[in-house]
Amino acid sequence: MYTSISDGIVEGQSDERETAFNERLDRSVKVEPNDWMPEAYRKTLLRQISQHAHSEIVGMLPEGNWITRAPSLLRKLILLAKVQDEAGHGLYLYSAAETLGTARDEMVEALLTKKAKYSSIFNYPTLTWADVGAIGWLVDGAAIINQIPLTRCSYGPYARAMVRICKEESFHQRQGFDIMWKLAHGTPEQHAMAQDALERWWWPSVMMFGPPDSASPHNEQSMRWKIKLFTNDELRQKFIDQTVQQAEQLGLKVPDPQLRWNEATQHYEIGPIDWDEFYRVIKGDGPCNRERLQARIDAWDEGAWVRDAAVAYAEKHATKESSAA
Amino acid sequence: MKNEWPLWEIFVRSENGLAHKHVGSLHAADAEMAVQNARDLYTRRNEGVSIWVVRSSDIVATDPSQREALFEPSEDKAYRHATFYQVPDGVKHL
Repeated sequence: MYTSISDGIVEGQSDERETAFNERLDRSVKVEPNDWMPEAYRKTLLRQISQHAHSEIVGMLPEGNWITRAPSLLRKLILLAKVQDEAGHGLYLYSAAETLGTARDEMVEALLTKKAKYSSIFNYPTLTWADVGAIGWLVDGAAIINQIPLTRCSYGPYARAMVRICKEESFHQRQGFDIMWKLAHGTPEQHAMAQDALERWWWPSVMMFGPPDSASPHNEQSMRWKIKLFTNDELRQKFIDQTVQQAEQLGLKVPDPQLRWNEATQHYEIGPIDWDEFYRVIKGDGPCNRERLQARIDAWDEGAWVRDAAVAYAEKHATKESSAA
Repeated sequence: MKNEWPLWEIFVRSENGLAHKHVGSLHAADAEMAVQNARDLYTRRNEGVSIWVVRSSDIVATDPSQREALFEPSEDKAYRHATFYQVPDGVKHL
């Protein structure tokens, strides 16, 4: 109803609305679904939230790979709960994105036809049980650093979804660290397995924060809109500082010969990041891109009859009820 | 893609004594499935003791462009609040 009004607005009014919109953002008033918002804000948010949702859904695949092979019943229960949470996170985020006026099916279609992206980290394989630990510790650890500021972002439904997600992510990170701790303090073979996982997941995790600020075109506008509160490099630094210390406590070695502590800045400094690898994986040439997407396409196609049957059942019962009334 | 399941808004009572509160939305083919999905999606960690589901299309809301007309008139009626009145020194239980 409201959008039909904004469809017909002339330019002068749009400027006025945009000024009022920016002024409200400056006062930290949240934007809610039916409020007027600039089209570019809506589009950028939709891209950000839906890609985040896709990442949660695709992110179930690498870990789901180990549910049937978890080393104990307790580990299996924990992993099941964790993967179920990831599905939940995807659903909270799809709901938040839908409030921007795009149907769920449209978003799913964008994922399945490669129009939308998901986090490139999930295009790496989980070769050993230690990878499940490394994902929880590093990947979810990086996600928390990314997501905690977003609980204060300007779009109400996104911020609220983030609050729920962050509460659950800390369980994810701790269970991952717990797996790493047990392995790192286990037999020499288990320790080596943990070290190997850290070596394979370290750089992709560091890349999760996205391109360096110097090459990140959306940063400035998104920060103005308060849908990004810290830059990629700021968040990455935070991750490095806290994770290097945790690796030391685990007795594992971060795979970076140039890693050093800078006493003056009180930060760790790392060697160069292989951005070519990052862009190669994003463009579709990571180790598992095809497999991941195919798994989503198959799940969607093979679930079609279930979705249709549920609708047919609901319609049949609705007719019965209305004829009985 | 056809047959998208309708959208439902989910309200959860976190404990007896508190009102149901909106927690988010989800898709489900019918009300029964909406309740089951809401239970799985929004109460995995003791968040609730009761759930309401309402079809999103059944919710009637105020128009944000009417916000000022609807809600601003109450802003200048400070006398509706107890804090508007000065309590003379020494007067108790007021």
